[in-house]
Amino acid sequence: MSAGETALGVASAVRSGERSAVEVVEASLAAIDALDGQVHAFLEVTAEEALARAADIDETVAAGGDPGPLAGVPVALKDNMCTEGVPTTCSSKILEGWIPPYDATVVEKLRAAGAITVGKTNLDEFAMGSSTENSAFGATRNPHDTDRVPGGSSGGSAAAVAAGMTPLSIGSDTGGSIRQPASLCGVVGLKPTYGAVSRFGLIAFASSLDQIGPFTRTVADAAVAFEAIGGHDVRDSTSIPEPVPSCVEALGAGVDGLRVGIISELLEGELASGFEPEVLQRTRDAAAALEAAGATIVPVSVPSAIYGLSAYYLIAPAEASSNLSRYDGVRYGNRVVAGDSTADMMRATRTAGFGAEVKRRIMLGTYALSAGYYDAFYGKAQRVRTLILEDFARAYAQADVLLSPTSPCVAFGFGAKSDPLTMYLNDVATIPSNLAGHPAMSVPFGTGADDLPVGVQLLAPTLAEPVLFRVAAALEAAAPAAPLPAVAAPALTDPTIDDQGVPA
Amino acid sequence: MSTFLPDGWELVVGLEVHAELATESKLFSPAVNHFGGEPNTQVDPVCLGLPGTLPVISKEAVELSIRIGLALNCTIQRCVFARKNYFYPDMPKDYQISQYDQPLNIDGWLDLPTGTRVRIERAHMEEDTGKSTHLGGDGRITSATATLLDYNRAGVPLVEIVSHPDIRDPEDAKAYVAELQAILVTIGSSDGKFEEGSMRVDANVSVRPVGSDELRTRCEIKNVNSLRSLGRAIEYEARRHVDLYDSGNAPMQETRHWDEESGRTKSGRPKGDADDYRYFPDPDLVPVDPSREWIEEIRAALPPLPSARRAALLAQGADATGAAVIVERDLDTLALAAIDAGADPARVVTHAVQNLNVDGAAALDAGHFADLVKMEVGGDLSATQAKTVLAEMVETGNSPTEIASAHGFEAMDTSELESIIDGLIEASPDEWARFTGDDDKIRGKMQGFFTGQVMKATKGQADGKVVAQILNARRNG
Repeated sequence: MSAGETALGVASAVRSGERSAVEVVEASLAAIDALDGQVHAFLEVTAEEALARAADIDETVAAGGDPGPLAGVPVALKDNMCTEGVPTTCSSKILEGWIPPYDATVVEKLRAAGAITVGKTNLDEFAMGSSTENSAFGATRNPHDTDRVPGGSSGGSAAAVAAGMTPLSIGSDTGGSIRQPASLCGVVGLKPTYGAVSRFGLIAFASSLDQIGPFTRTVADAAVAFEAIGGHDVRDSTSIPEPVPSCVEALGAGVDGLRVGIISELLEGELASGFEPEVLQRTRDAAAALEAAGATIVPVSVPSAIYGLSAYYLIAPAEASSNLSRYDGVRYGNRVVAGDSTADMMRATRTAGFGAEVKRRIMLGTYALSAGYYDAFYGKAQRVRTLILEDFARAYAQADVLLSPTSPCVAFGFGAKSDPLTMYLNDVATIPSNLAGHPAMSVPFGTGADDLPVGVQLLAPTLAEPVLFRVAAALEAAAPAAPLPAVAAPALTDPTIDDQGVPA
Repeated sequence: MSTFLPDGWELVVGLEVHAELATESKLFSPAVNHFGGEPNTQVDPVCLGLPGTLPVISKEAVELSIRIGLALNCTIQRCVFARKNYFYPDMPKDYQISQYDQPLNIDGWLDLPTGTRVRIERAHMEEDTGKSTHLGGDGRITSATATLLDYNRAGVPLVEIVSHPDIRDPEDAKAYVAELQAILVTIGSSDGKFEEGSMRVDANVSVRPVGSDELRTRCEIKNVNSLRSLGRAIEYEARRHVDLYDSGNAPMQETRHWDEESGRTKSGRPKGDADDYRYFPDPDLVPVDPSREWIEEIRAALPPLPSARRAALLAQGADATGAAVIVERDLDTLALAAIDAGADPARVVTHAVQNLNVDGAAALDAGHFADLVKMEVGGDLSATQAKTVLAEMVETGNSPTEIASAHGFEAMDTSELESIIDGLIEASPDEWARFTGDDDKIRGKMQGFFTGQVMKATKGQADGKVVAQILNARRNG
C-alpha cells in the first residue's frame, strides 16, 4: 500500500482521538486550496459547513461516542447528487444556481457514518461523457498529467482522490463513469449492483443504468465506503430490499480456489483490437498474479458484449431524453425568455442551457422512442440486455468473478477523442455490467503508455460484491508500484507520512 | 332509443372517465391529497419532480384502483407504469406517469339500471397534472400573456376508466356516468365530485348509418362539467357529424371543447399522427403485481354495489325510481332493516322517498322506523301524523311512541269519529246529498270536503282511511 492517508486510517485515528476531525478537514481543504487550481476537480467547496461538522465529530469523540466507520473522513461528491442548501448543477448551465431543498440518501448515509462532505466535483454535463470535457464549467485535469483528461463522467471525483485532496469521493456510473476515470486516474472505483445503493437524490441520466459508488485509493476503503452507502431505501422503488453485503470481512479471504474468468472478447478479437497493447498486457499480468495467488483462470465468452455498446447508446439516451425533459425553465434553474409563448421560452431555455453532447443524446433518445421506431430501437436494445444477462449467467457457471481491462486506453489528451463515436468506444468494457445490473470494480494494476496508470476490471453477479472485494484485495497486494501523480497532496508524496496522515 | 338524430343515423359513444382517488397522499409521494388549499402548498420535492427525486407507488392508491376494477367486473393483472412524454408547464416532469400497454384493470363491464351493458376496455392508474390559469388572450396557453401554475393537484392519483364505444343514446351516457359515480362513492375509491374536478368525463362521439357496425371518425369532447352538459354535448356533436356527412363532408379526428354558454363544441387541437407521446416503461418504478390473496381480500371487503342494493329493494316491491332514490340517499340499509322488522314494505319505501330527504335520515333507528310504520298501518297514527312523528324522530332520535304521546296523537275511538261525522252530515245536507248522488266525480269532491271537515274538527288526529270507511258505510246504509 502506498503511503498517504486512507479513509480507514483517518477514521481510525479520529475515532481513537489520535487526530481531530477538524485537523483532517483542514488538511483536506488546504490540499484543495493548493492543488485544485491545477486540477479543477471541484465546482464548489463547502469549507465552513465541513469544519462545523468536523467540530461536531470531535465533540462526539470527546464525549466518548463513536461517530461511525468513516469518522472525520473528508468526502467529495459528484455534483449530480443533491445536497440541501448547496448548489447542485450536474455541470450544466441549465441548473446553474439551483439549490436543492433536500439531501440525497447517499449524502445522509455518508454523514450517518461520520464522513464529512467537503465539496461538489466536476463531471461531464449530466454525466454524459468519458472525459469530463463536457462540463459547462471547464474540464477537469488528470493529476498524473494535467494535459490529459481524468476520464469521465465522474472525472472530478476521481481526480480529487487521485491527487489526495480527499481519501474518498462518490461518483455515479451509468456506462463506466466510475470505473473508467478510476482506471485513468490510478484509483479504485466501484460500481455496485444496481439497486444496492439508493438513487434517491442522484439526478438521473439513465434511470435503469445509473448507480452510485465510491472512489478510494485502497480496496479496503472502497469496502468500508460501500457498506456505509449501501442498503435498502424506501424512497427508491428500484432499491434492493436486502441489507448491504458484508465486504470488509471478505477482504482478507484470499483467492485460493476461486475461479477467475477472463472475458475473451475483451482481450482478443475485433472488440479488443482497439485496446492499447499495454492495457491488454496488464490484464494478462493481473490474471497471472491471481493465478499465482491460488486462483484458477478460465477463459469465458460473453459474445453479446459486442452489442452492448449499441444497446447502451439507445437505452441510455432514450431514458435521458425523458429524464431531462423537466429542465424547461418553468420551475427552477435557468430561464431564457424568448418569443411570446411558453413553448418559445422552453425552447430557448433548453437551447441555451444544454451543451452539445446532452442535446445529441436527447435527440438520439427522442428518436429511439418515437412511434414506429420503438420496437426497432428501444425494444431491440432491451432484448440485447436479456442476451447479455444470459451470457453472463453462462459465464458465472464457469467462474466466480470475471476479469477484463477497464478502459481501452490510458488517459488521453484534451480534444483527442472529439469524434463522439470514438469517445463512446471508451465504454465498451464497462457497459455490459450496467446493462446487466451487476457489480464491477476497477483496480489499479501497473502502468501503460507514458507511465500512466492502468486499471483492470473485475465483474461479479448481482450482490456478489464480497467476492469482488476478495479478488480486488488480492490484485491490490500483487499490483506493481503505482506512479505518484504529478499533482499530489503532501500526504501522498511524503514517505514519512503514514496511511493515517501522521508523520512517522 | 333516442330520436334526436335524423332517420337512418345511429349514435356511437365511448366514454373516458377520470376519477381522482380518495387517498390520503399523492400517487407517488407523501404530499397530501386534499381538494382546495392555497396554491402550491400541497407539494413536496417528489410531486414537484425536483431533480433527483423518485416516485414510490402508494399502496392505498393501488387498493382503491383494484376496488374499481373489481366493481367493474375487470380482470386485475400485473401492471407496468409508463411515461407519457410531452411538454406542458403544469406537468412538473414534462412527462406523466400513466399506464400504457399493461394497465391494472382490463375487460370489464357496467350494467346500467336500464339493463344496457357497457363494456369497459380498461381502468388504468395515472398521476394528475397541476392546474394552469392562463391570463390574457382567449384563456388558452397559446394566446396567454402569462400563466399561473398551481401544483397542488400534480401527482394526485387518478384512475381513467375507458369504455368501449357501446353507448347509443345520450341518456345512456348520462346513466353510465351517474352509475359509475354511484359505484365510486359506494366503494370509497373517489368522492366523484364533478364540481371539484374529482370526476371528469371525455366523450368520444361518432355516428354511423343504422345497421352498420363500422366505427367512423370520432371526436373527443372535453370540458363537459355536468351530466346535463354531457347529454347536450353528445347531441350537438352527433348532429354536427350527421350534418357534415349529409353535406358530403366528413368530420376530422380532433379534440373539441364543449362551450356551455353557446351550446356548441369548438375545435381544439387536431389529434392523431401529430401526437407522439413516446411511451416507455418508467425505469424508476417496478411492475405492480397484486397477489390473488390481496385481490380476494379487497373483493371480500367491498360493500354491496348500487345495482345489488337496488335489486334488494326491488325484491321488496319497490319501484325502480323509488329504489334508485333510496340507494342514492343511502337509505336502503335502513329501509330493508325496517322491512325485516315487520314494517309494511310499501309504506317504508314511500316514507323513504317522500319524507326522508333530509340530513341524518340514514342514522334513523330501524326499529323505531318499523314501529312508526306499524303504528300507521295499524291505525294508531294518521298519515299526516306519521309524517310529523317521522320528521321529529330524525331530529331527536326519540321513539315514535314517545313523540306521538307528547303530541297527543292517539288513535281516535271509532264511535267518537262516527258521532262527529253524523253531526257534520246533519249540518251539511246539500253536500251530503251530492255525496250520495251518482256522479263519481262529485262524490270524490265531497268526500274530500267531509274528510277536511273531520280533520279540522279533530285537529288532524283522525285517520283518513277510517273516515272514508264511515262515510261510505253511512251512504250505503
